[in-house]
Amino acid sequence: MKLADNMLVAASPANKPSGLSRRNLLAGAFAGGFMFAFQLPVRAANEPTQPPDTTEGKFAPNAFIRIDTTGKTTLVMPQVEMGQGIYTAIAMILAEELDADYAQITLEHAPPSDKLYGNPIFIIQATGGSTSVRAFWKPLRNAGATARAMLVQAAAEQWQVEPASCTASNGQVMHAASGRKLSYGELCDAAGKLTPPKEVALKDPKDFSVIGKPLKRFDTPDKVNGKTIYGIDAMVPGMSFATLAQCPVFGGKLAKADDRAAKKIPGVRQIVVLDDLVAVVGDHMWAAKSGLEALDITWDEGPNAKISSKDIWAHLRTASETDGVIAKSVGDIAKGLATGERIDASYEMPFLAHATMEPLNCTVHFKGDSCEVWTGTQIMSRVQSEAARAAGLPIDKVTVNQHMIGGGFGRRLEPDMVVAAVRIAKQVNGPVKVVWTREEDIQHDIYRPVYRDNISATLSNGKVVGFKYKIAGSAVIARWLPPAFQKGIDIDAIDSAADQPYDFPHFQCEYVRVEPPAVPTGFWRGVGPNNNVFAIESFMDELARKAGKDPVVFRRELLGKAPRMLAALNLAAEKANWGQPLPARVGRGVSIQPTFDTSIATVVEAEIDSQGEIRLRQVNVAVDTGIAVNPDTIVAQIEGGIVFGLTAALYGDITIEKGRVQQSNFHDYRMLRIDQMPKINVHLIKSGEAPGGIGECGVIGGPPALRNAIYAATGVALRRMPIDRDAIAERKKS
Amino acid sequence: MTPAARRILGSVILIGVVGAAGAALYVRGPGPMAFSGGPKVALADYKGPNPTGVPANMTSASPIERGEYLARAADCMVCHTAPGGREYAGGFAFKLPFGTLYSTNITPDKETGIGNYTDQQFLDAVRSGKRHDGARLYPAMPYTSYTYMTDADTLAVKAYLFSLAPVRAAPPENTLAFPFNQRWAMTFWSALFNPDTRFEPDTSQSPEWNRGAYLVEALAHCGECHTPRNLGFALDNRKKFAGALTAGWRAFNITSDKTTGLGSWSDDDVVSYLSIGHAKGHGTASGPMGEAVDHSFSKMAPTDIKAMVAFLRTVPAVPSPDLPAKLAPPAPPSHRDGMTANALGKTVFQGACVSCHGWTGESALSPMATLTGAWAVNDPGATNVAQIVISGTKRHTPQGALSMPAFGKSHSDTEIAAVANYVTARFGSKGSQITASDVADLRKQTEQ
Amino acid sequence: MANLNINGEQKSFDAPEDMPLLWVLRDILGMTGTKFGCGVALCGACTVHIDGKAVRSCLLPVSAVSGRAITTIEGVGTTPVGARVQKAWLDLEVIQCGYCQSGQIMSAAALLAATPTPDDSDIDAAMAGNICRCGTYVRVREAIKHAASERQT
Repeated sequence: MKLADNMLVAASPANKPSGLSRRNLLAGAFAGGFMFAFQLPVRAANEPTQPPDTTEGKFAPNAFIRIDTTGKTTLVMPQVEMGQGIYTAIAMILAEELDADYAQITLEHAPPSDKLYGNPIFIIQATGGSTSVRAFWKPLRNAGATARAMLVQAAAEQWQVEPASCTASNGQVMHAASGRKLSYGELCDAAGKLTPPKEVALKDPKDFSVIGKPLKRFDTPDKVNGKTIYGIDAMVPGMSFATLAQCPVFGGKLAKADDRAAKKIPGVRQIVVLDDLVAVVGDHMWAAKSGLEALDITWDEGPNAKISSKDIWAHLRTASETDGVIAKSVGDIAKGLATGERIDASYEMPFLAHATMEPLNCTVHFKGDSCEVWTGTQIMSRVQSEAARAAGLPIDKVTVNQHMIGGGFGRRLEPDMVVAAVRIAKQVNGPVKVVWTREEDIQHDIYRPVYRDNISATLSNGKVVGFKYKIAGSAVIARWLPPAFQKGIDIDAIDSAADQPYDFPHFQCEYVRVEPPAVPTGFWRGVGPNNNVFAIESFMDELARKAGKDPVVFRRELLGKAPRMLAALNLAAEKANWGQPLPARVGRGVSIQPTFDTSIATVVEAEIDSQGEIRLRQVNVAVDTGIAVNPDTIVAQIEGGIVFGLTAALYGDITIEKGRVQQSNFHDYRMLRIDQMPKINVHLIKSGEAPGGIGECGVIGGPPALRNAIYAATGVALRRMPIDRDAIAERKKS
Repeated sequence: MTPAARRILGSVILIGVVGAAGAALYVRGPGPMAFSGGPKVALADYKGPNPTGVPANMTSASPIERGEYLARAADCMVCHTAPGGREYAGGFAFKLPFGTLYSTNITPDKETGIGNYTDQQFLDAVRSGKRHDGARLYPAMPYTSYTYMTDADTLAVKAYLFSLAPVRAAPPENTLAFPFNQRWAMTFWSALFNPDTRFEPDTSQSPEWNRGAYLVEALAHCGECHTPRNLGFALDNRKKFAGALTAGWRAFNITSDKTTGLGSWSDDDVVSYLSIGHAKGHGTASGPMGEAVDHSFSKMAPTDIKAMVAFLRTVPAVPSPDLPAKLAPPAPPSHRDGMTANALGKTVFQGACVSCHGWTGESALSPMATLTGAWAVNDPGATNVAQIVISGTKRHTPQGALSMPAFGKSHSDTEIAAVANYVTARFGSKGSQITASDVADLRKQTEQ
Repeated sequence: MANLNINGEQKSFDAPEDMPLLWVLRDILGMTGTKFGCGVALCGACTVHIDGKAVRSCLLPVSAVSGRAITTIEGVGTTPVGARVQKAWLDLEVIQCGYCQSGQIMSAAALLAATPTPDDSDIDAAMAGNICRCGTYVRVREAIKHAASERQT
């Protein structure tokens, strides 16, 4: 199997004028011509233009599968690859039910189309929320099985035998009784003339030959030799290169830009001045960057120029004391909180930037009556419509070329970089690649919101009676997917809080929507559960200590109705040697999480030196994610997620002063490095349940488990992220 | 009180006053040019070429252009500009052990700047430390150096400042504690430590030396950082240019001492260091010296730089006993060799530093990032190493901007102490042993 | 007109002397395998080899490398060490998004060329300057050891 050549460059130009109705495509119409819309092999953006591939005579039973007469099988990827291994997983699911010939499979990026490629969970075409396998599990299996059934039917008709007497494997249909065989390529014409069956049988998971195997990823061979083309690598003939500065104060505007010095920089072609940003266009990024540094810009900082983190926190803390909207209620919380010894605590989470390794970028060619965009995005269709709006063009005049993504983490669930690039490109003659400097990327992110969580619980005879959990923070959903914001409840903000694995007799979850002044907020890998699992699992350790119980034992007693979670907890504890003695100032901490339909338990072991510096020793994670489509990918996602989460716990803190973000690059927005890594052991639990989400799960459990390890090692109950090393030093500094 | 008692008291007071005067004279010590020993004459009586004013090729320039040159030579802008603020609009914080002083707005804004200053008021302020309202300036303003400037040069600077756009900006109030908030006390300090006199050439020295002397002493005010201070917080010219800790940075020994001063540098090395902030094998200027190079020395005429070097060469050697006599050669290329005992320091170094500075200390990216030979890494106090790690450095060179990011905000005091100790041990000849609380103190002195 | 030896080929182009090699490779020569990550040598995404040593190209002026052998991710596979590293990366499925991996592979190949059997501290010393946001560090370490062992077998 290989990637389509066009994945090495810009992928399928969408909505080339084809006169096709999407409805027909959605209905699974067959003629090869229909596929033309996304079958155009994309000209290699940094190679000479290539003639379009012909699509005649292809078998294309649905939006995901096309087979030509040579057997070449093209699978169209509705979800985008940003490192999480989804292209491999999707191809495995399709190939499993299709019984495709692996060697003949080619993958292609999907063009923008909510109708064809909309994520069934979001409706729109979005890759996020660890939904890809969960949302597409059934549709992809159906697509594969439907295609296979039609190929079998075509063969059976040709042989005049019962379809049931035929089998398929490896891109061939076989009739065992007669020993006849036909390849999918030979069958594609006949199959294309059949009506797709309404119902198809899916394989019994015990018969899976692909799913469940740790197959090699399809995207990695081109990533070891520099061939993969990310959005930032798009090269279009005649292009110029630009970089930009936006007002450092959120919401501020440009007052004036003196460009006399910038224009003298060799290679600077043009200064684009818009009301809220300046871009320097040059022969290359170096000219653009040097030109930008030479600009003398005066900003009109606007109303947010005085806002600081202190104000934002005061605002959030006040709001968090108001009553929230009840998202979930079990038993009688008033009664529960009136029984036994009461414990209250508040937990606080900072703003975080995404800091994807591939800085924000977008290449645009605005041609007056049409516009072409090259970028890597988690929201293909929205990028098209937002680009159209910014360009002042109808949607079908905008072509979007999808690319491999050098880190999404939720940042590329936003179209702001595309909108800015289109606005700049409207002023530029010819294609222009706009690349954000790292500083601009960090200072104009759409940040993980600040949260404050207030928890109250009561203990009686060492058992929890009442447990009230109130979240205060942004409603990202209200902005990003308004129809999903119902009755004042943000379904993301309460995720993994409202539906508890713990069997609390009296439980209530509330949500207070608080938007921080000035600072834009959005999704960040792990989304709402990052906050909720941190607060609840930190508090569980405090309760356990109050109850005089071991943290694992304390949790175990409350997991009677969550057997998968209990099994994960027991496995993680066992693998971590839970209970075995440790040296002084070394601790183990545990956390559990019911996130994205996956049950996970994490144990972190860490050493805290006398100065408060932390050495991560070991992490054990037990994972029950149902059927593991590609177990190796799941292990990799957990390993990587742990790093992402622990990085935030140790260092992640975006702070605001005078209306602007104070961090700017990796020196002050710090990352965990290889020499600080703990050993990470991931233990997968075999399961026949439907697959859960995985891409974000690893991020979530590390911070509370580390926090609890510190609690165990030092006795200090941290209630704020990131970790304050002064607070956990043995002798506090004066 | 009996007459006898009065007499006794009187004599005690007399003894006290005489003693105090003697002590004060002793504390005041010699003037900055006393070391040259030659006869000094009033400028008007000097027969050689005029050592003051602008370089020869600028004599026909307008007063404003001349003033601009002199203002740069006097490096007014750096101290009178807050980080990220408008130039000359003041607000730069001087962190002192007893509070914070803020520099003033010297743009010609009439309300918050110096727009209402007369020529005489300007001369009084710059050279005598007297504000327009008669109040005394704190000697953070180096008027004990500027006092040597001529009327013409001082007023040229004024003409330049008055040519700037007025900026309305009042600096924050000073936060000095009692008794340091008593400005009147500066009258006595001034009387004792400000010679309030103009530059006098030394007739036994060359015209070049005299030009250099004027630039170094009157304008560039090198001694303000490089000369240790006496009990009265004034410059102790007995140890002229022997190095000092100033505002959280170490200003190194620039006497002719062969091991710890400039004695073993070639003239070209010193010229290069002043002109571009870097001399091969001698490291790169950062912190306040980097700013002095960027905003002052690099803007000066090559003849003036050479004159300053000629003068510097004659300053008597005074050793710095706390500095190792030798610089270290390049460190071993392998991380395994050399410094090994400091695991935390090594972790910070290999993650954040080695990409630019290399394991040997010789940068593969830019000679300006080479640590080998730099005085900072040879300082067992690690002051400047820690400060650069905390605050970073941004230098404007003829080859473009060159910067090191500030790691202070994201790294703990413990980590910064560890990496400073690692760096001085690996690249210097005597490693430092600074602690987290040393780093905390250094931060306090430079934070704005 | 500058002239550089890149992956064994002579390349001629016009560029300002102070232009970092990174942008020459990417924007002038179209060799986009070398990545821009931070621009200040903090992340390692732009790592190339200069005479076999790993160097961050984002701060390396093009004037400093004339006459020296430059190897990029596009050419490192032609060296035995580079090919071993690439194979190990695939064998152990190191890569996730892949954006930092050009730099990781270049750093690893330079490490193995100088230190054929590195221990953990050698790996730390050579690789700590390479940030991976996907968090592939565990596998990077394993793959370097794997590549080292392949040489011996």
